[in-house]
Amino acid sequence: MDNLLEICNLQTSFFTYVGEVQAVRNISIDLRVGEAIGIVGESGSGKSITMMSLMKLLDDNGKIKNGKLLFNGSDLLGVSEKGMQRIRGNEIGMIFQDPMTCLNPVFTIGNQLMEPIIKHKKVSKQEAFKRAIHMLSLVGIPSPEERMKQYPHEFSGGMRQRVMIAMALSCDPKLLIADEPTTALDVTIQAQILELMKDLREKLGTSIILITHDLGVVADVCSRINVMYGGTIVETGTTRDIFYKSKHPYTWGLLRSVPNPKTLVKERLIPIDGTPPDLIKPPLGCPFAPRCDYAMKVCMTKRPLLFEIEGQHKSACWLNHPKAPKVESPLVRRDS
Amino acid sequence: MQNNENFIEIKNLKKWFPVKKKLFGGHRSFVKAVDDMSFSINKGETLGLVGESGCGKTTTGRTIIKLYEPTGGNIIYNGEDISRLTSRHMLPYRRKMQMIFQDPYASLNARMTVGDIIGEAIDIHNLAKGKERLERIQYLLRRVGLNSEHANRYPHEFSGGQRQRVGIARALAVEPEFIVCDEPISALDVSIQAQVVNMLEDLQEDLGLTYLFIAHDLSMVKHISDRIGVMYLGKMVEIAESNELYIHPVHPYTQALLSAIPIPDPDEAAASQRIVLEGDIPSPIDPPPGCRFKNRCRFTKPICSEEEPELKDVGGGHLAACHLL
Repeated sequence: MDNLLEICNLQTSFFTYVGEVQAVRNISIDLRVGEAIGIVGESGSGKSITMMSLMKLLDDNGKIKNGKLLFNGSDLLGVSEKGMQRIRGNEIGMIFQDPMTCLNPVFTIGNQLMEPIIKHKKVSKQEAFKRAIHMLSLVGIPSPEERMKQYPHEFSGGMRQRVMIAMALSCDPKLLIADEPTTALDVTIQAQILELMKDLREKLGTSIILITHDLGVVADVCSRINVMYGGTIVETGTTRDIFYKSKHPYTWGLLRSVPNPKTLVKERLIPIDGTPPDLIKPPLGCPFAPRCDYAMKVCMTKRPLLFEIEGQHKSACWLNHPKAPKVESPLVRRDS
Repeated sequence: MQNNENFIEIKNLKKWFPVKKKLFGGHRSFVKAVDDMSFSINKGETLGLVGESGCGKTTTGRTIIKLYEPTGGNIIYNGEDISRLTSRHMLPYRRKMQMIFQDPYASLNARMTVGDIIGEAIDIHNLAKGKERLERIQYLLRRVGLNSEHANRYPHEFSGGQRQRVGIARALAVEPEFIVCDEPISALDVSIQAQVVNMLEDLQEDLGLTYLFIAHDLSMVKHISDRIGVMYLGKMVEIAESNELYIHPVHPYTQALLSAIPIPDPDEAAASQRIVLEGDIPSPIDPPPGCRFKNRCRFTKPICSEEEPELKDVGGGHLAACHLL
């Protein structure tokens, strides 16, 4: 299978009056055609900035300092703003976190849905109208003809998120980026949206990048996961690698700090003490070292590179160095 | 020693908000945010309250501590009916009941120092003055895992998790017995959520607090609560001991809600069957007669549109409101 997307050694910084915020520090991600991958991390870990860099939608004070963004074989960094406008919404669709604020309140849903179709596909209004209705029924909105004439305030949160998905998919993008698509929604609506995304991937073959902080969501949808922390990727591998064979203390911490609804005995949650690093002065060594229970001397002074564990499974932790002491994961595999 | 059972009893609680519909009088309609709820909370326990947004969880919490005046029904706090008390007579009860708010960014006054935010409650209830007041503030800050020096700082200098700790310190300042926690962790990061939840559990153990824990994160509610109530459109549809509710949910809505929880385990996620609810929660303005869940329910029968189901005991204190039982 070919890689649809290859992000190589991306570095993105924001220049603020207090100094340079190194939001993304040298990360690489690849994505195959028809694959769904997850990017997991806390707020401020750089997951959204990575995607904004990819779409070249950074604020004026943000700059991509280094790296390659290979999409379909060509580097997006060399593409002009005009060229990017042809790609955004057409080849790469994006769903943003907050469905309440991403739709324009003064235009009808139909108007907003038809705009990208007319712009990118160069079709007549009638055809765009038909396509928009088709998209709305695809995402499961009842009576789409009437809904086309309504304004965003007449839709509920879950419905608006469906409209956003319909809009993002309306030009048959090769890649769909979903930035926390279900965070603002209720669990029942979240379940509907996730089922819809899985369905669309199977039917249309769209590749998906799902950005979230919810481990439950990625476990369900994604085949591979990248765990981000402090602007770097700390662990990457298949979903099973990350959940069952993780080799990074931060991933252990993440997995242990969420309760599993299936357990019956009341166990105490194990939080990760401390707070994430300040990216204006990123730590010299491993960004997680100050909060890590297993930190060694080397962790404070040298940043670990991604060690290969097995196949695609890589972990940026000195514990995986051949000379490091052997540490067992504190996670006990639950018997299913 | 008082009776630990039925520390707080809610009887037929109603909270309706009027909506203006017609220009010239006529029929006025109401948003029936809380419509005839009855339940009780025992001393020292945590009652979880879950449901989709708009089902009335927050309104229930706020009405119980009388931030809203109830439209009907009784709130019996430790044997005393407080539902009709005037604000002056409410004051001693205000000290016993506190609230922790959802948004740690909006619930702290940006122009007050953290010391003043916590001290305000102490001043209102005349609990301490001068040096004693300061010592108390510093003690509270340490109690929630902050430093005494933080008293002179402003809210913007803190992270979300730290702000939520300030909010908890403020609630503890008047030595309450009962705290309504309204989605206290939903605005926080995963690794910070566990810190705050553990702290709430420690405080409960040390101070003998009673919690009403409102949240939509079902796995966290399950973790922290002794009993859980499930709300739908202003009504309690099921209430049971928390493990019992998760193993044997009897109401179709609870079943769907529980099956929708994303499980942080790929094998279990693949093995579990999801009941996907169609449609959205209907409008609480003049809800339809009969069972309020009927238009999204998998098992609707004719009786569901005719009669409103009542909460029935299905065994061992497990109550559910459904005609199919």
